[in-house]
This record gives sequence, structure tokens and C-alpha cells, in this order.
Amino acid sequence: MNLETNKKYKLIISLIFEVIFVIAGLFLSIAYGSKSIPLSDIAGYFLGSNDDAFQIAVISARIPRTVFGLLAGAALGVSGALMQSITRNPIADPSILGVNTGASLMVVIGIAYLGISSGIELIGLSFVGALLTAFFVYAIASVGYGGANSIKLALAGAAVSTALGALVNTIMLPDSQVMKEFRFWQVGSISGATWEDVRLLIPFFIIGIVFAVACSSALNALSLGDEMAVSLGVKVGQIRIVSAVAGVLLCAAVTALAGPIGFVGLMMPHIVRQLIGNDMRIIVPMSAIGGAGLLTFSDVLGRVLGRPGELEVGIITAIVGAPVFIWIVWKTKTRSI
Amino acid sequence: MTCKELEDNLRKIYKRQWIRTAACLSLFVVIIVVLGVLMMTLGNTNYSLKEVVQYLFSDETKGGAYTIKTLRLPKLIVGGLAGFAFGISGYTFQSLLRNPLASPDIIGVTAGSSAAAVFCILILGISGTAASVFAVVAGLVVTGLILLLSGKGKSFSSRMILIGIGFQAILNALISWMLLVGSEYDVATALRWLRGSLNSVQMSDVPVTLVVTVIASGLLFVCNRYLRMMQLGDEYAKALGVPLTATRVCCMVCALILSAVATAATGPIASVAFLSGPIAQRVLRNSSGTMVLSGLVGTILVYASELVSKNVFTTSYPVGVITGLLGAPYLLFLLLNLNKKGEKI
Amino acid sequence: MSEIALSHDFYAEKISTGYEDRLILKDMNITIPAGKFSVLIGPNGCGKSTLLKSFARLLKPKNGDVVLDGKSIYELPTQLLAKHIGLLPQSPIVPAGITVADLVSRGRFPYQTLFGQLRKEDYEAIAIAMEAMGITDLADKSVDSLSGGQRQRVWIALVLAQDTDILLLDEPTTYLDIAYQVEILDCLAKLNEIKKTTIVAILHDINLSIRYADHIFAMKKGELIAEGNPKDIITPELMRTIYGMESTIITDPETGDPYVIPRSKVG
Repeated sequence: MNLETNKKYKLIISLIFEVIFVIAGLFLSIAYGSKSIPLSDIAGYFLGSNDDAFQIAVISARIPRTVFGLLAGAALGVSGALMQSITRNPIADPSILGVNTGASLMVVIGIAYLGISSGIELIGLSFVGALLTAFFVYAIASVGYGGANSIKLALAGAAVSTALGALVNTIMLPDSQVMKEFRFWQVGSISGATWEDVRLLIPFFIIGIVFAVACSSALNALSLGDEMAVSLGVKVGQIRIVSAVAGVLLCAAVTALAGPIGFVGLMMPHIVRQLIGNDMRIIVPMSAIGGAGLLTFSDVLGRVLGRPGELEVGIITAIVGAPVFIWIVWKTKTRSI
Repeated sequence: MTCKELEDNLRKIYKRQWIRTAACLSLFVVIIVVLGVLMMTLGNTNYSLKEVVQYLFSDETKGGAYTIKTLRLPKLIVGGLAGFAFGISGYTFQSLLRNPLASPDIIGVTAGSSAAAVFCILILGISGTAASVFAVVAGLVVTGLILLLSGKGKSFSSRMILIGIGFQAILNALISWMLLVGSEYDVATALRWLRGSLNSVQMSDVPVTLVVTVIASGLLFVCNRYLRMMQLGDEYAKALGVPLTATRVCCMVCALILSAVATAATGPIASVAFLSGPIAQRVLRNSSGTMVLSGLVGTILVYASELVSKNVFTTSYPVGVITGLLGAPYLLFLLLNLNKKGEKI
Repeated sequence: MSEIALSHDFYAEKISTGYEDRLILKDMNITIPAGKFSVLIGPNGCGKSTLLKSFARLLKPKNGDVVLDGKSIYELPTQLLAKHIGLLPQSPIVPAGITVADLVSRGRFPYQTLFGQLRKEDYEAIAIAMEAMGITDLADKSVDSLSGGQRQRVWIALVLAQDTDILLLDEPTTYLDIAYQVEILDCLAKLNEIKKTTIVAILHDINLSIRYADHIFAMKKGELIAEGNPKDIITPELMRTIYGMESTIITDPETGDPYVIPRSKVG
């Protein structure tokens, strides 16, 4: 009983922290940039009491980017939580598993051969690429001795990445126009996000999150092992496929619109697990909130560090994520590596 | 069977294995020679072997002699050496970490060199020798960091692989970013360099590459007998009296230097390091010649891919794109084959 | 290859060993009886493997010393020590594609010079080891293609080829069918009988341990509870102390050794 209350307190405190984190990120993201706006004026904007036309213009330009950042961060956080849970592996993340390269390949094919540049079509393509790669990597890693342990998964991901990267180059190198378009896509960034992007992302976001939440208690059972889960009455195959598709969908939609942003999905679920323990019903929503905060904060950080221009958010998350990744590798017990 | 008969029988078996090794090595050398001759003769203009030899020894510097001596000869030498270096370096890493996938190009060792070179070309605007030196140093520094962070003890190998892959993900993000902010004109150069290419090698690259490759692979050949013991597992090797740490450090440093120098000369020719070791192991059934054979296989892969890229496709792809493509099906084969036998990866 | 193994004075003196900050063995004194087949028994995590590794110089004790013929094994040159003490770890690794003959020949490592050519005595030792393990016919086969039992015999042949006077084996029969277990233990017993090789093994099966051991070390929580001839020390009390299990001890009709029958708490 006592333990339960303790857990509840932890949960509430973490939740409060995360919400503050997100709100702070939100305000900073709107306030910060080549022209900074005082927080009081931002509050004024929302309350309708700010009449400065210039400030209004700046703020309305920054809002879609901020909203997109929040959604994308949440999507990536949940996606990471799902992947880690399905693979029972702490290092599962789109950037480590090579899923991003799969999405890249399809996008470059789209740009080079199909003449595609619209958002929705790119989402479709990158989704297909990400999904195929994810399953492929997981399949080769899981055959044979010991199932898909971290080493096998990471190596399979890296190796598939190398091979797909070669394909990307094969398509890109002969055509300088493709190269020009593609290299902008290759770095994860939300700086150009518009309301159009937000609109495109929202349906995928909702579908993904709904499925993630719906699957979470079944995933808890799955974490005890397949056989155990079956005997607890979980339809293992179905749950795994649905949650994998949801995870890939979330990450592919973000990747298609913003380019590959790594490590958000890796970091958030871990931090949540550390704080409150291994319960997917909590990890999923908490990773969503935390991911949203993390991505907006990284975006702001990129604007601060990159002055007078800005550093793309994908670079920031990679740099912030590196120590966390190493920490995870260290923390993971030898036998489960 | 008496003891004597048994002994003779064994001797026969070992002799057979030795002959097999020798035969394979000679065969692969012959293949290299044939591919080398093809590389010198085929191209935009095809020359006969006789012409090639004449040009090689003539004092002319124009026309055919230019093509042969200034364009094709350095490709032949540097490409061959780089392939050899990648092959041996890959085999060493794979044996040391006991994992067929753990070659330097997959665990982020070469990514350090690549990132540094791209940084030089795109951000600092320097290329040539300075960039190469910087690439070698950066490769060593990044690997040093990976090693340092991997700690010690039992889980060293696993940690090193995972941390290396993590580093690679980060370095790739940085490289993509540098490509984005770099000037468009340089991007093409940097990209070609990223995949590995023989197009820009020069005669002046030969001495350094040659000397380093010879010394480092020589040292590795000496360490080979310890390395072969370590394939059986650390505990076994230690119980058999192998100086574990010394061997590990020596092999790691030599293999690193090999891969960094080769990367500096040609760029990280994808998958060569990763493919050579397992092919050689399969051919020689892991006998003592495997290390040398990995080097030869590396050279063959580079030569063959270069020939294909120059003579088959209309676009002249850098050699690394072709080897990178070779990597994919082999990877599949390797994983499925290994897994089928239930071996531990 | 030497016909008869040398008899060594081999003991651990007040060793405390462990991983990182956890001590597993505390102030343990233990002497390995020369020329005998000794077996370490005890529950999981009682420090059997740790003890074996300390004897094989894989784990340096934090305190105390392991002594061979009056000298600390940490002061002897490694290759010299490898001629006296051989170890079969729990899970050795098979390099891809290697042949049986090649793998067994690697046991000759401590005897080889820098370039590693095999010499007459090497051939002899390998031949004897392979014959002893009954794998002569497999010499040219790839180790990957062998069954579990055959593979284990190849590994033991490797340690035999090392031609040491002392042999340490960490669970040499785990994962094998009962028939293979007996076969391998028979081979080891024969080796002990003919060559007088000192053998120290960790076995999981208590009754097989009793049957093959001349000397049993019973351990619990990093301490030596009892040692001696199985006939003298195997009692229901000992079983209760080390495993926390009630049992009946009968006499094995075939060998006259004690035979442990665990008693169930149900029925």
C-alpha cells in the first residue's frame, strides 16, 4: 500500500516537472530568436492585450514551429517507448536501428524518380521505407541465438544503414539537383514548419498515440516474455504488429516532415523508467510530454548556440543524446547486452 | 591405430590444410594480378598490355603515358594498398571483438576520420595532405574516446560495439549538417570522399600509405598467433598464457592506424573492411593464413568494384558506392547463415 | 608428451576474491589433492566458478595468494604456467569455420615459438588428445558442423593437447545428454587414472559428482563447508547445509557409493 502511494507521489511530482518543462519550452520557443520578445508581451498576445503589430507578426510566425515541435517531440518519445518495449531492448531508437536511413532512401527515390516534393506523399514514402527497414532489421537481429539482443540489433541496424546509405548515394550522386534538395532533408530541422505541416502531422499523431495507449497494458504483459504474455491472454502477434506499426508511423511522419531527428525516442522513455519504473501505461504519456519538452528545448538551444543563424534541432538532439546513450549502455547489465 | 599412425595421419591432415592455404593465397594473388592488369588496360581509352608496359617505362608525360602513369598507376597502387589495409584492419577488429559485424566501418571508427575530412573540406576549406593528416588524427581520437568510454572487463567488447555505433549516429548527424552548411561546390567533393573513391589519388600518396601499411600489417602478422588464441574467448586465451591487454592494445592500435591511413588516402571505401574477413575465413576455414588472405580479398574487392564502376555504368560512381552495395546481400547471407547455426553473434 | 603428470603442490592461501566491490570468496584456504579427481559442488552463486578462475589465474584475489610448488602463480611466467595448469571455461567460443584439427592444435600455444610451427612433440600431443577423446575421425571436419557432445569433446581435447599436469574444468558436461555426460566423465576419469592428471571440475549433478570424484569440496556462500572422500562426507546434514534440502542417502547398488535422493516437501 505504502509503495503504491510512494509511486503515486513520484508520478505526480514527475508530471508536474514535465508540464513545467513543456510550458517553459513553449514560451522560450516563442520568445527566443533573432528578435527576442519579453515573456509579458507573449502573455499579452494570448490574452489579446498586445497591440504591437511587429510583435504579433513575429509571434504568429513562431507559433506553428513551436506547435510542430511539441507534436513531433511527443510522437518521437512515444515511438521510442513503443520500439523499446516491443524489442525488449533499451537501445531501440530510429537513429540506432537504421530506420532513418530506410526513410531517407525512400525519400530520395521519391525526389529523384517520382518527382515528389509534397508533404503527404513524402510521409507515405518515408513511412514505407521506415516500416520495411524496421521489420527487416528486427528480423535479421532476432533470428538465431539469444533473440534480438542489443548488440545484434545495433549491428544489424548499423550494417543495414551502411548498405542503404550506399543506395542513397547511388541515386543521389549522378544528379546534383536531387543532391541539393535532399541534403536539406537529411538534417532534422523544424525551423521551416508551417501550419500545413502541423495539419499533416496531426492525423498520424492521433492515430499513433491512440494505438500506443490502447496497447500499453498488453505491452506490460509482453515485457514478461512472449510465453508468459500468451498465458496471460495477450494476443502477442497482434499487439506486437499494431504497436510496431504505431511506433513506426509516429516516427516516420515526423521524419518525413522534419528530417531525421535522433535520440529523442531513446532518451525520454529511459528517463521516465528511471523515475517511475517500468509501466507502459505511465511511460507512454510521460514520454510524450517529456519528448515534447525536450524537442522544443533543443530547438531553442539550437537558436541560442547557432547565432546569428541557428543550429538544426537534429544536431542538438544528437549531441545531447550521446551522453545519455553512453549512460544507458553502461547501465545495461552485461548479460542483457 | 597406433600412436605413430595417428601422428602420421595428423601430419597429413595438417599438410593438406597447409597446402590448401598456400593454394588459396596464390590463387588470390593471381586474381589480383589479373584485375590489376585489367585496371591498367581498361578505361576511357583501352590500351594493350604491351602499350601499358611501354608507357610505364617511357619518359613521356603526355597522352597515353599521362593516363597510365599519372591516372591509372596511383589508383592501382593506392587502391590496392587501401583495400589490403581495410581488409586486415577489418579482420583484426572482427577477431578481437569476436563479432563478424564489428568491423571499423560499422562501429564508427572510420566515421571519425570521415567527419574530420568533411570538416576540413567544407568548413575550413582545406584539402589534400592537411586534411588527410587531420583525418588520421581524428580517427584515432574518436576511437580512443570510444575505447575510453567502453571501460574494462567482461563487457568491454559489447560496450565498445554499442558505443561505437552511438558515435557513428552522432557523427553522421554532424556530417549531414556540415554538408548542409557547406558551399554547394564543395559538397560534391566531400560526398565522393565520404563514400570512398580512387578518383583523386595521386602518386604522392603512395609513400606514406605504403610505409604505414607495411609496418602496421607486419606488426599485426606478429600478433596474429595471439589473436588466434583470443578468438577462443578471453578466459581461454588467458589460461593459455596469452598476454591479453598487450595483444589487444597492439592489435587495436595497428588496425586503427591501417584503417585511418587508408581512409585518409581513399575515403572510407564502404564494406571492404566488413566483407574481407568473413570471406577469407570461409575460404581458409580460419587457418593461420586468414589474416593475409583478408588483406588480399580487400584488394580484390576494391579492384573489382573500381573496374565495375568505371566500365559498366554510364555514371562513373565512386568505388565505395559499389562496395557498399555489395555489402547488403552479403550481410544478409552472413546473418542468416550464422543464425542458422545458432552461433552467438 | 609426458607419460605421467608431475605431482604439484597446489593450494590457495586465505584468498578473498570478487568482482568490483562484491566479495565472493572470503579468506578461503583450499589445497588441491595432487593426482586426484576433485569435484566442486554447491548451490548457484556459491563461488565455485570464482574459485576455479582464481586457480586458473583469471581472477586475481584481493587478498591472499594461489601457490604452485611454493611460488605464487602470479609471479610465474604466463606461458610456463600454461604448461602446468589447463582450464576449460564454461562457454568457450568457436571461431567461424575452424576445423577440429586446427582447433585442437591451438592447445599447443604455450609450447610454440614466435612463428608457431608445429613440431614433432606437438603432433604427438595432439594425436594422443584426439584419440583420448575419440575424435580422430573428425579431424578434418568443421567444428560448426558437430553436435554438442562432439563439440565438447573437441574442447576437452584442446585442453588435453595442452598437456598440463593440472586440469580445471568449469561445468564440462552442462547442456549435454546424460549419455554424453557419462562418456565425457569416463574419459576424464581414465585420464586421471592413467596419467595421474590432477583434475578439478565443477559438476551440477550431485550423484555424478559422487560417482566420479575422489575428493569433493562442498561450498556455500563463498565458504568451504566440507571436503573429503564422498563416502565420508555425503550426509543428509551436508545436503541440508549447502542446498537447504532434505534428502535420503542410499547406497548405489552398482558402485557402493552414496546416492542422494532429494525429498520433496509435497506428499
